[in-house]
Amino acid sequence: MSLACRSTSWQSSRNPGQFEIRDGGCLPVPGSAPYNDALMTSAIASDAAAAPSDGSRYPYRHLLGIEGLTRSDINFLLDRADGFVEQNRQADKKASTLRGRTLINLFFENSTRTRTSFELAGKRLGGDVINMSVSTSSIKKGETLIDTAMTLNAMHPDALVVRHSDSGAVHLLAEKVNCSVINAGDGSHEHPTQALLDALAIRRRRGTLEGLEVAICGDVSHSRVARSNIHLLSIMGARVRVVAPPTLLPAGIERLGVEVHHDMERGIAGCDIVMMLRLQTERMKGSYVPSIREYFRYYGLDYEKLLAAKPDALIMHPGPMNRGVEIDSVVADDIDRSLIREQVEMGVAVRMAVLDALVTNQTEPWAKNQ
Amino acid sequence: MRATLYKNARLLDPASRLDAKGAVLVRDGKIAEVGPNVFVDAIQADAEVVDCGGRCLAPGLVDMRVQTREPGEEHMETLASLQHAAVAGGVTTLATLPNTNPIIDDVSLLEFVERLAQEVGLVNVHPYAAATKGMRGEEMTEIGLLSASGAVGFTDGTKAIADPVVMRRLLSYATMFGRPVIQHPEEPTLAREGCATEGETATRLGLPGIPSCAEVMMIERDLQLVRLTGGRYHAAHVSTGAAIEAIRRAKAEGLAVTCDTAPHYFALNELAIVDYRTFARMSPPLRSEADRRAVVAGVADGTIDAIASDHNPEDQDSKRVPFAQAVPGAVGLETLLPISLGLHHDGAMPLLDIIDRLTARPAAILGLEVGRLSVGAWADLVVFEPDRAVRIDASKFRSKSKNSPFDGKPAQGRVWRTVYRGRTVFDLDTEASGPRSRRESAHA
Repeated sequence: MSLACRSTSWQSSRNPGQFEIRDGGCLPVPGSAPYNDALMTSAIASDAAAAPSDGSRYPYRHLLGIEGLTRSDINFLLDRADGFVEQNRQADKKASTLRGRTLINLFFENSTRTRTSFELAGKRLGGDVINMSVSTSSIKKGETLIDTAMTLNAMHPDALVVRHSDSGAVHLLAEKVNCSVINAGDGSHEHPTQALLDALAIRRRRGTLEGLEVAICGDVSHSRVARSNIHLLSIMGARVRVVAPPTLLPAGIERLGVEVHHDMERGIAGCDIVMMLRLQTERMKGSYVPSIREYFRYYGLDYEKLLAAKPDALIMHPGPMNRGVEIDSVVADDIDRSLIREQVEMGVAVRMAVLDALVTNQTEPWAKNQ
Repeated sequence: MRATLYKNARLLDPASRLDAKGAVLVRDGKIAEVGPNVFVDAIQADAEVVDCGGRCLAPGLVDMRVQTREPGEEHMETLASLQHAAVAGGVTTLATLPNTNPIIDDVSLLEFVERLAQEVGLVNVHPYAAATKGMRGEEMTEIGLLSASGAVGFTDGTKAIADPVVMRRLLSYATMFGRPVIQHPEEPTLAREGCATEGETATRLGLPGIPSCAEVMMIERDLQLVRLTGGRYHAAHVSTGAAIEAIRRAKAEGLAVTCDTAPHYFALNELAIVDYRTFARMSPPLRSEADRRAVVAGVADGTIDAIASDHNPEDQDSKRVPFAQAVPGAVGLETLLPISLGLHHDGAMPLLDIIDRLTARPAAILGLEVGRLSVGAWADLVVFEPDRAVRIDASKFRSKSKNSPFDGKPAQGRVWRTVYRGRTVFDLDTEASGPRSRRESAHA
């Protein structure tokens, strides 16, 4: 047996599907069990051995990404979040599942809305929440990511919510700490709670995700939101298209099971959901599109382009919006078509569901620390 | 007169295409007799006899691409730890890159490295000198004077010589001294932000990609300059099918072009980086399975002249960071032989050809009189067990750095004994690496 085969077979035991998909050349049907098993990533799977994904619980200690989750894992979290939506609309919003627990928001990258959303989620569950913006303190003094993680770990938090500008940084950190880790966005890799809240917003409007046609438009290349959404929607049986100029599409994106379009009107033709992405000029090194004016002309969502979608198609955006860049203000504010405000509301509920599930797991024997 | 007889060995000498049972008689550090018919009568009664027990005996390996960290970053690797690691891997001749701190771009620095290396004296250490001052890619170094002081080639290490005017002049000028110009073949502007080969794996991981054509672009450009200048060109660690094909054509055309690859490019593919394994971050990055197969074919048919370890010691601080921040590279001296033997165990090529890529061919590229079992040559030998199953354990490496993508993986083949100039410098049975150097004794 060849060395390379050996190395890939070790790999495949950790990550079977990626190899099969590459090697076999055919994608299993999105949403089917083999497809989901196939996408299992080891960082998640390592904790899953003793806890079957039977839909009665979220069976992992961390939430590092959507890739690797199953349909029942996702449904479990969404069902749970549905309950929190109702609770958040009451005058008394407080629960006590996180009483005595400490949640640290560790943000290596600036964010107001995600951090606030997690903070609110933690507090509404009765936990103690601390916010740390590391970009302004230790990193400048030369402290490494692992040093920071070990320091915080020594304070015995129960959950760490982490955002970092490098893909994979949250995985690295999760290997080093004893508490649950939630990925609040790592580089261009994943932003799992965003995909979950998007799914919840859609599900509450449409009843299901299965069979929906979803167009994800804009800067897919730099977007962790796009990757998490592509994984989640595919797992849940929606059909996903990506619409962007070739310079903003990462190589091999079609291998994730999406249909690729460069013409926006053709790309959103007949779709149920139009998900816009933020043009991430802060992550761009060099010129990917010639000008904002030209970008808006071809990829900015206005009513004219929206005519191509289904008449009741819904519009989404993860925020913060660049009005007049990827989306026309009047479209963004259209209360009949835009889900953008609902997305923010769902954000708190979804994060409550995730925190609740992870912290509950900590008392389970199968979710013990390695 | 001190004499040692290595008997009962499978002799492997690619230079003479010898693959037969036989013996080697070493006298005064040099090979006195070699072959299937070394008569017992010819041996003095006082000769030490080493029974190789049917193991393979080959010329000591010649590793033409090794990074040291001395001077400058001795906590990662010194010239002493490098040599101890080398002999444990069966390597008796190595060529070091100039990317130390300070950069080896001057005669005095080159001689400093040579002197430090000789004080240890376990293997031949031949330094490369920087091709351009400070490896800045602008002005050429004193190629003539550096050659006279022992520089075996000119390279900017892990940086590509990007400016075509500079490359043209280097190739033209170095021809006078018969030294190769060694390129890190990667178009640097295409590679600037990337840390993985562009494609599905990088996209799933959200890592910025480098298109694999960045390699062949640089090689094709350089080949045009070789055609123009008649220069002597060597492409380091080629890793893509397109680049290998370009070199294959250039060789057919008769250009003075050679290349090497490193074991990770034929033993691993890009899937090794899944889970953000920074030990598998390389420069150039690990490639697709199709490219890996092309590298195997290139080594087998000889388009790729040499297998070099591309030994690149890095400490924890350089690797225990997010993938994109990690310094690329892996240690390789102690896994060079077992991973290369994988090509034999896979049936990709005969054992003698693998030894050729690890001895005679790199020696020829560097113009060194090593890498062959010939009477009168220094007795630099490796005796190894080609089939022995081993599990690679980086914690046991003699190298100061442990950044190996092969850690924990099974392989076949291990070094039993390494001999340098007739002296046993590594013996598996005693796990000793010969007499300690003067410098180490002073520190002890």
